Parts: sequence; structure tokens; C-alpha cells
Amino acid sequence: MELEALRLSLYVALRSVALGLPLAIIAAWLLSRSRFIGRTLLDAIVHLPLVLPPVVVGYVLLLLFGTRGPLGGWLYSTFGIRVAFTSAGAALATAVMTFPLMVRAVRLSLEAIDPRLEDTARTLGAGSIDRFCTITLPLMAPGIVAGAIIAFAAGLGEFGAVITFASNIPGETRTLPLALYTALQSPGGDALAARLAGISFVLGLTGLVLAEWVSRALRRRVGR
Amino acid sequence: MLEVDITLRRGDFDLEATFKAATPGVTALFGRSGSGKSTVVNLIAGLLRPNRGRIALDGTVLHDAAQRVSLPSHRRRIGCVFQDPLLFPHLDVAGNLRYGQWRAHPRGSDAELAATVELLGLGALLRRRPHELSGGEQRRVALGRALLSRPRLLLLDEPLASLDAARRDELLPWFETLRDRHAIPIVYVSHEFEEVVRLATHVVLLEQGRVAAQGEVAHVAMVPALRAVLGPELVGAVVDGRVESVEPGTGLAHIRIGHSLITASGGGLTGARPVRLQVLARDLIIATQKPVGLSVRNELEGTIRAIVDDGREAVLVEIDVGGPVLLARVTRPAASELALEPGRRIWVLIKATALRGHVHAHARGARAEGETAA
Repeated sequence: MELEALRLSLYVALRSVALGLPLAIIAAWLLSRSRFIGRTLLDAIVHLPLVLPPVVVGYVLLLLFGTRGPLGGWLYSTFGIRVAFTSAGAALATAVMTFPLMVRAVRLSLEAIDPRLEDTARTLGAGSIDRFCTITLPLMAPGIVAGAIIAFAAGLGEFGAVITFASNIPGETRTLPLALYTALQSPGGDALAARLAGISFVLGLTGLVLAEWVSRALRRRVGR
Repeated sequence: MLEVDITLRRGDFDLEATFKAATPGVTALFGRSGSGKSTVVNLIAGLLRPNRGRIALDGTVLHDAAQRVSLPSHRRRIGCVFQDPLLFPHLDVAGNLRYGQWRAHPRGSDAELAATVELLGLGALLRRRPHELSGGEQRRVALGRALLSRPRLLLLDEPLASLDAARRDELLPWFETLRDRHAIPIVYVSHEFEEVVRLATHVVLLEQGRVAAQGEVAHVAMVPALRAVLGPELVGAVVDGRVESVEPGTGLAHIRIGHSLITASGGGLTGARPVRLQVLARDLIIATQKPVGLSVRNELEGTIRAIVDDGREAVLVEIDVGGPVLLARVTRPAASELALEPGRRIWVLIKATALRGHVHAHARGARAEGETAA
């Protein structure tokens, strides 16, 4: 029971990071490096999951990605992919909830880069993609890694959005916090709940320490 | 030839610069901070876009607003070294150098890398990280990285600023080598006139976003607008000459300037090299008859060409010493007591220790009289 919830939590969190990270890098780039109309709005939307009740996020996802929703319906009719009430849906809900954390970490590291370094690369003959891959991305690495680890650790415990959008299906979407909740609801589940809480506690702490440690090591590597 | 004719308006800053710079050669952009020097550099490099105008280098149009042509920065092949060396912190010295080498067209060879490492004395530093280098070393790496990208033009934006005098003296010879042996066209931004004297062939004087004067260094040195920037301490003539001989015992150099032979402290000069001297106006003494019994090594006979105001207490006397024109700063009472006036024959006294020649391959040492001040 615990192991299955743990395995599922790790799997969901991993997928959510894989899904969210590239988008977080793009969003961070747009927010800190480009000037366009609606930038403030994008900034607000990115941060919305931080302030909304998670149930609202799950509900909105359900409206969009439910089999009758505009995106979910299209995915189902075109590719036969069902998102709602699956572990993929749990990963999506988790990705949305942890997205602001990733964007913030990536953006901080991006803003710490001296833009003149990129200008220098330009004068040395590096085009924009070359420049991004050889200068910007390596210098952002500490933030990207830290963001990924924090989002992963936070994603292990996402509850509200997951239970709303993906429901509480054993073996499919019943991650650690959902299993804990279920255990608390069932008679005699106290011991199980305590064990699950302990696991969550250890995972969260490990994630935070690891994020700090890795990002410090990487920062040293890039000489900052 | 680098041709620049640009206008840039940004908020309260307004730049309108038109000048031409010979290539190869070193053109100094000189002026106070805020005069627009760095802006011009960024415009040439393509890091900024002018509102209007044209920039061309040796026939290639880099930017032409009228024709809607603007070569992106990474295709211009213009190497930059800024005041801040801006080495890539995630790469070691070798990685930084290769960054330039790999993007050169055609891609730089390892022999070229080795030659640059040798030229700039970077052999022992290759595995070091930028933050482990001294300020002078960082600048040498930045210079090597720019050179390896095989630029058609090198923009050096105050590359020696924020270094102490010792480091500066250590680095200046690298730039001199570059100018004399490699013949890479250089635009050198500085607010230190001594660097301009040592490195430049031409000067463009910028003031509040406008070109106040341009031309050969010796010419611009005499322009009133430049005097205002330099201040009384640094005003002086720049003269080119050629080393005739060096005294073996003392190392003092005898330098031919126009018709005159002057003695200057050698500073490691060796025979028969073109040199350039900065003769500060405050170091000159004027005598109305040939003096006797003085320790001063240089007594040049000359004719006063003009006398111009230089503040409340002094005047500047322009003296033709048979070819080059020198500037002497004398107090107003002295000028009136000696009855100095244009056309008068006088003697100019200069201590040898106040003069120091710098080897300058582009100095007009071999030329006949009159050309230095032209």
C-alpha cells in the first residue's frame, strides 16, 4: 500500500517535471528577457496556481481536459488519449500546480546572468540558438536543476488538484497524500497514515536539501 | 576604411557621429565619460541600432538605414573587448579561447590557437577558471578570445580602465604588438590621453554625442576642444620622431624630431625606431636668449606661432621648432615680462626626464618637417 503510493507519487512527480520544465524555461525566458504586450498578464497566469485553491485548478483542468472538454475531447477523438482520471492527468495537474515554483527558480537564475555575456558571444559569431545553448542554458543550469528538484518534491504531495482532476483511483492516481487521506477516512488506518506522513516528510526534506546542495555545487562550477 | 555616420536618440541622450577611420590603423575614440564613446562602439558592433545612418567597413555595409540593411552582430566579425573582460564563467581559459576560434570563418586552426596563446602569454593559464585570474590576465584572455574569432575590426572599449598603473603598463605593449605586427584595424576607446598617444594613429574626439575634432593624434592634440577635456595638467603637443642613438651607459635616447635632436629618457628604447613623445605644456620653459649653465638637456630654438588664452593665470604659447609645433604653458606675468609675441625667436627648454618616447610603428618619424602638425 505505502510502496504503491510512493511509486505512484514518484512517477507522477517525475512526469510532471518532465512536462513542466521545458515550458517553465520558455515562460521564464519570456518573462525576463522579452518585452511584449500581455507580459504582466502572463506573469499573473503563471503565478495563479500559487494563490488559487488547488480544487479550482483541478476543476478548470476538468473543464478543459475532461473527455467532453475542448482539449480533452480533441485528444480523445484524435489520439484516443484520456487525461482526466488517469495518472497522466495526475501528472498534468501536478505540473500546473508546481509550474510557478519552476518558473521562479529558472527566472531567478536567468536574471542573474549578465546580458553582456550573451552580447559578447554575439560579437564572437554566435547566433541566437548557439548563444542560448552555449551560454545562457549552462549559466541557467543551477536554477533549472534547483527548480526541477523543488517542483519534484512539491509534486510528490500535490493533493487538491489531483483528487479533483484525476480522482482517487488506487494504483492509478492514488499518490501519497491521497493514500494518506484515504487511510484517515477508513477505520484503523491511523498507523498507515502515520507511515505515509513519515515518508512524505522524509521525501520533502530530502528534496529541499538536495536542491540547495546541487544548485550550490553547480553555481560553483559556473564560477558564481 | 571604417565609415561611420549615425544618429541615435534615446531619451535625453542624443548621438550624432560622423567619422572615418583608416584601416589598418588604430583610431581612438576619446572623450569624457558620457560623451557617447561606448555607444558608438555598441553601434559598430551591432549591439545597438542607430535611428538613422550608415556604417561600413572596408566596403562592406554593416548598417544602412536608408537601404534597410543591417548585418546582425554575429555576422559582422567585429571583435570586442570591453572594460569588463566578460569571460564566460562556466568555461576555463581554453574554453573561452576556443569559443572564439570555433566560430571564426573559416574555423580557426589549432596552430592559430597556439600562436595566440603564445602571443599573449596564456600558456600557463589554459586550465584556469576566469575567477581564478587576475584582472590583467582576464583582459589578455578576452583579447585572445576576440582575436581568435578572426575579426575584421577590433573594438577595444576602455580595456585598461579600472586597472592600476602597473597592470596598464603591462598590457599596453600587447596592444602595441597587435597594432604593429598584426595590422588588425582597431577602434580604441579611452579617456586616458596617454593611452591614445601610445596606441592611436587617429583620434576622434567626442563631446556630448558630437564629433568635436578628428584627425592625426598630433593634430588633434593642438585642438582647443581637446585641451578643455584634458585640463591644464595634460595639455601638450604630441610629436613623432625617430631614435638616432641610445647612450649605452645611461640609456638616454637621442631622438630626431624635425630639424632638432632631443634627449629623452630611454625607457628601453633601442636604435632607429619610430617613436612618439608627449611633450606636456607644463614641462616647457621659454627663454629669450640661449641659456648657459643649466642642467636642462634640451634647448630648442624656435619661433612663436601664436599665443592663446589658457585660463586666468596662464597662456599657451605655440612654438614652431623647425617642423613640429610645441605648446608651452607660461604664466601671464612671465609672458608679458618676456614680451612674448607671435613671430619672436625664442628658446624652449625641456628636461630630458620629462620626456619619454614610446615606440610607435605608425609615428611619422621618417617624414620631413611640417607634416606632423599638418
